[in-house]
Amino acid sequence: MTKHDIEVTRRGVLATGAATAAVLAVQAAYAQPIVPLASLPSAKVSLVVNGHNEDLTLDTRTTLLDALREHLHLTGTKKGCDHGQCGACTVMVNGRRINSCLTLAVMHQGDKVTTIEGLGTPEQLHPMQAAFIKHDGYQCGYCTPGQICSAVAVLAEIKADIPSHVTGDLLPHASFSADEVRERMSGNICRCGAYSNILDAITEVSGETA
Amino acid sequence: MKFDTPATTNPIDQLKVVGKGYTRIDGPMKTTGTAPYAYERHDVVDNPAYGYVLGSAIAKGKITSMDLDAAKGAPGVIIIVTADNAGKLGKGKLNTAHLLGGPAIEHYHQAVALVVAQTFEQARSAAALIRVSYQEDQGTYDLAAAKNIAPVAKDEPDAKSATSVGDFAGAFAAAPVKLDATYTTPDHSHSMMEPFASMAAWTGNKVTIWTSNQLIHSSTEDVAATLNLPNDNVRLISPFIGGGFGGKLFIRSDVILAALGARAAGQPVKVTLQRPLIPNNTTHRASTIQRIRIGALADGHITAIGHEGWSGNLPEGRPETAVMQTRLLYAGANRMTATRLATLDLPEGNAMRAPGEAPGLMALEIAMDEIADKLGMDPVQFRILNDTQVDPEKPSRPYSRRALVECLKMGADKFGWAKRGAPGKTVDGRWLVGMGMAAGFRNSMVKKSGAKVYLDGKGDITVETDMTDIGTGTYTILAQTAAEMMGVGLHQVVVRLGDSTYPVSPGSGGQFGASNSTSGVYAACLKLREAVAQKLGFKSDDTMFADGRVTSGSRSAALADAAGEVGLQAEDAIEYGDLDKKYQESTFAGHFVEAAVNSYTGEIRVRRMLAVCAAGRILNPKTARSQVIGAMTMGVGAALMEELAVDTRRGFFVNHDLAGYEVPVHADIPHQDVIFLDETDPIANPMKAKGVGELGLCGVAAAVANAVYNATGVRVRDYPITLDKYLTRLPAVA
Repeated sequence: MTKHDIEVTRRGVLATGAATAAVLAVQAAYAQPIVPLASLPSAKVSLVVNGHNEDLTLDTRTTLLDALREHLHLTGTKKGCDHGQCGACTVMVNGRRINSCLTLAVMHQGDKVTTIEGLGTPEQLHPMQAAFIKHDGYQCGYCTPGQICSAVAVLAEIKADIPSHVTGDLLPHASFSADEVRERMSGNICRCGAYSNILDAITEVSGETA
Repeated sequence: MKFDTPATTNPIDQLKVVGKGYTRIDGPMKTTGTAPYAYERHDVVDNPAYGYVLGSAIAKGKITSMDLDAAKGAPGVIIIVTADNAGKLGKGKLNTAHLLGGPAIEHYHQAVALVVAQTFEQARSAAALIRVSYQEDQGTYDLAAAKNIAPVAKDEPDAKSATSVGDFAGAFAAAPVKLDATYTTPDHSHSMMEPFASMAAWTGNKVTIWTSNQLIHSSTEDVAATLNLPNDNVRLISPFIGGGFGGKLFIRSDVILAALGARAAGQPVKVTLQRPLIPNNTTHRASTIQRIRIGALADGHITAIGHEGWSGNLPEGRPETAVMQTRLLYAGANRMTATRLATLDLPEGNAMRAPGEAPGLMALEIAMDEIADKLGMDPVQFRILNDTQVDPEKPSRPYSRRALVECLKMGADKFGWAKRGAPGKTVDGRWLVGMGMAAGFRNSMVKKSGAKVYLDGKGDITVETDMTDIGTGTYTILAQTAAEMMGVGLHQVVVRLGDSTYPVSPGSGGQFGASNSTSGVYAACLKLREAVAQKLGFKSDDTMFADGRVTSGSRSAALADAAGEVGLQAEDAIEYGDLDKKYQESTFAGHFVEAAVNSYTGEIRVRRMLAVCAAGRILNPKTARSQVIGAMTMGVGAALMEELAVDTRRGFFVNHDLAGYEVPVHADIPHQDVIFLDETDPIANPMKAKGVGELGLCGVAAAVANAVYNATGVRVRDYPITLDKYLTRLPAVA
């Protein structure tokens, strides 16, 4: 029995209980019999998340983001828009950053996923996490895991010579600059407006001066 | 404690912990993804059901029928909540529109149904199967068209909607130099990163709701009022809030629908408002039309200043009070303001960061630039000349502290203002470059704030208050306050926030959170100090708290020893006398911006930004600076891109997501500098502090607009300053 079958069973019991409760304002007729998840389109997928093998049976419509947040309880990855507009859900898949809300979990069989939880912990911070704290590169904290995952990936992209929109000349090696970082980070919105501090944090980790 | 006389020397003045730029104590949680936000509380509720909200497809009218059959039969669906089965609902004091619509519809995307299912995917899929038939009524959606019939708004509790001092009309007519200009600001969306989210669980007729909310106490009352429950039957918990900016001052439909869904389903339910629902389902900053008239003598002294503002809202909604700062900011013997309010059927207008002043200064500070130009005066000098140290409407009432002139002078000096050229004359390759400035002004409000503090046997301190941290740094500054008061290290303080069972604070809003909530902790710590002294048999008035020890004369003991095995606790609140009536308490800034405008394409780039702020004691310069740079960023958004586009036929905001509603991104924002004047305001509160979070926004957009004018010689009076408004007016490229 998978973890999900257990959930369904438990919910079924609760929902049946709800339908018979006299205190409810809602008509009992609104409660419907529960359709077992097994009869829905579902698929098995195995991911390697932060180094751990995770075998999941998922509704095929489940995004990678919701697989992480709702099924694996890795809630460090945030849902800001669910439409690929804000970057809060940024994770690294096989070393490259993506918006995890724009991809279905079942498309990632065997993929290596790194989330904010995989970078470091409060007791053992990744250098980028430590730099965000030092430079106050956040306020409300909701975009922060996505910013940090993006920042780690951005430095790797520059190192790997991957050009960006503002890379002036494609022939020499890509190099670190404030404008390169601002451009590459622009898919990660911070409404609190910590951009100036985030740039300082990334610059420190890069070992460069912007 | 009652604060009714100006503060004298007190333990905070030691500044061993307060006033230092500590990194946030919640930083390790936020940067590792371990800070729990409302929708992700797997730690407290196992396997909640998922709610998905359906919004109205019309702006005004009524639902004639809802076909739920297909949705009810869809896989996984547990229950569907609509107005038909929700039972009778009340309305919160702070809500204008109802949070669950039907049959009457008050605005577009008003919630009309919540589908509760076993999974998010099932709920979303089923919601798409609901068929709703509407009867659409003719609504009013165009502020410009409604302007001429908009009456003067009802007076706000502390702000009259029509004011007059001296003879404005006569003085303006007689003024040798005058400006009469009209400005517009659009509807703005808070667009905080964390969508509105709530998870509700019932035990009998009591509900606990984990939510994302700025004002816990009033929101708890509003949940109770809406659900027709006693206040004690509602508990809100909101320890981490992914941004609010005023949007989360109030309960929204996620809170009520999660509660209704959980009650109907008989199990916990969590609901997040889908991002595309947020701009129309929730509140926004209302658009304004503002007419400003300023008359001055040839030497630059203002003799007449008038500001009229128009905004719209739903019936019973409040106006955007954009004229209010004009009553206070500059001298001038003859003055008038008027706030007019049209009834519109757009979504509910309500507070967004610096309501009133933010849009008001967007207009006033362009007007000041314009008339300085007419006078041939430097805009910094013009503002300094018209400074006032008293309330201009009531000269017997001084400002508690007003260092606007110092802000402007220091800002001009540090920014290199003297190098500013004539409009359109500074060229850097393909770019026209200009500098602009504006005054920043935002009042400092006093509000009662309570806290409870505990001392345990290890000598550690725990602080509890229903105050919230919306990214402002509340956790850290409350810990700093308690550490300073009790003479312990910052690491020895635990702060617990955002729970309606804790003592009542004013919450986060109006930049009143920091000063009042730290003052509440100060008051509670004073009581705890007394309890410690009493326990040790020390005289409380000469007892010193430092380095984890308590000392009185020749006697000394470890703070931990006073706690004993059961510990000590104290609770108190800061309350205020009438100092804020005798004195005007406000915060001030000088905002300076350099902008470059591409002479071929018209693209605007902000190159440099500086804010010099005077806001009393700065409790933590690191987190305070972050609030100011964040506000400056929002100001760039207001200047250059932010606008909810109104469909005036159907009555809704068209660009209702984070792709269509543009906010600044990394590439839009340069390095930003902030300077805080070293000052205290003993009249404000025992912390001698005021707020900065809204001050940082007030005036910024106008400074950007004035920089664009200085760069190009083209004046744009309608925000945001987008290409369509100036491209054809740019100077010819040589």
